[in-house]
Amino acid sequence: MVIGKRTAAASISSATPRGPGLPMTDSATGPAAQPRLPLLMANRERPLSPHLQVYNWQVQMVTSILHRATGVVLVVGSLLIVWALLALAAGAGHWASFGGFARSPLGFLILFGWSWALAFHLINGIRHLVQDAGWGYKVETFIRSSWVSVIGSLVLTALIWLIAMAQGGSA
Amino acid sequence: MSTHDKLRTPLKRARGLGSAKDGTHHFIMQRITAIALVVLSIYVIGLVISLIGGDYAAVRTAVANPVHAVLLVAFLVATFWHAQLGMQAIIEDYVHTAWLAVTSQLLVIFVCVLAAIASVLAVIRIALGGA
Repeated sequence: MVIGKRTAAASISSATPRGPGLPMTDSATGPAAQPRLPLLMANRERPLSPHLQVYNWQVQMVTSILHRATGVVLVVGSLLIVWALLALAAGAGHWASFGGFARSPLGFLILFGWSWALAFHLINGIRHLVQDAGWGYKVETFIRSSWVSVIGSLVLTALIWLIAMAQGGSA
Repeated sequence: MSTHDKLRTPLKRARGLGSAKDGTHHFIMQRITAIALVVLSIYVIGLVISLIGGDYAAVRTAVANPVHAVLLVAFLVATFWHAQLGMQAIIEDYVHTAWLAVTSQLLVIFVCVLAAIASVLAVIRIALGGA
């Protein structure tokens, strides 16, 4: 028996028409939704494990990896909270130097990015908790809730900064 | 009951800990801290926004408030606990070199624990009014 070459298999799998979307989880659609290869082809060219390069772009992929990415950003960003609290406890001088950093262009950029990461991780985290409870696995629902996470995080970030700027005059 | 269960002793099934010996503990704790953080992070965002524009004394007074101090400490503990659990899963998934995986896991644990201790202690110092 000839074992299919990787390159040949990859090119065939990328040319294979796919359904509306590959499921993020098995329970989303089940095996019935997967395109079935003809038996002959299945014997010759077995599908390799899913590879990023042969996936169609889908919003669920973005929310999935962004949840991890924003998680890492938030871990690093939370060290800023430690700095802020240590400075606040240490005295007015230390607090002023933290404030100076927070108001600098770099500080603003970090705070802005951090606030978006928090907004996204918060909204998408609630989405994950809802899914953990067993809801929201229909494909349409899954896609719609992904968009809610993406757009909702932008809206929430804008809201936070609008209120912050109204509150402080200069953020 | 699947054939899978016939391969396990009743004791093994009763313990429910699986091959990693900690069962669903990681999953459960990640969710508990996540639920806590949904509430606490919204609270902290509100607190921070309300303090924008305030001077040093105003911010210190706010953090010293018992309610704010307690919820801040809860937020900090939940944050760094959740951070460690999340980073652990990411390292387990992406870092396959044994020594690098162990080193980064240790680093994450030490940084998260130290960050939690330092920030909680800072809140306590402020709350107790020490200079």
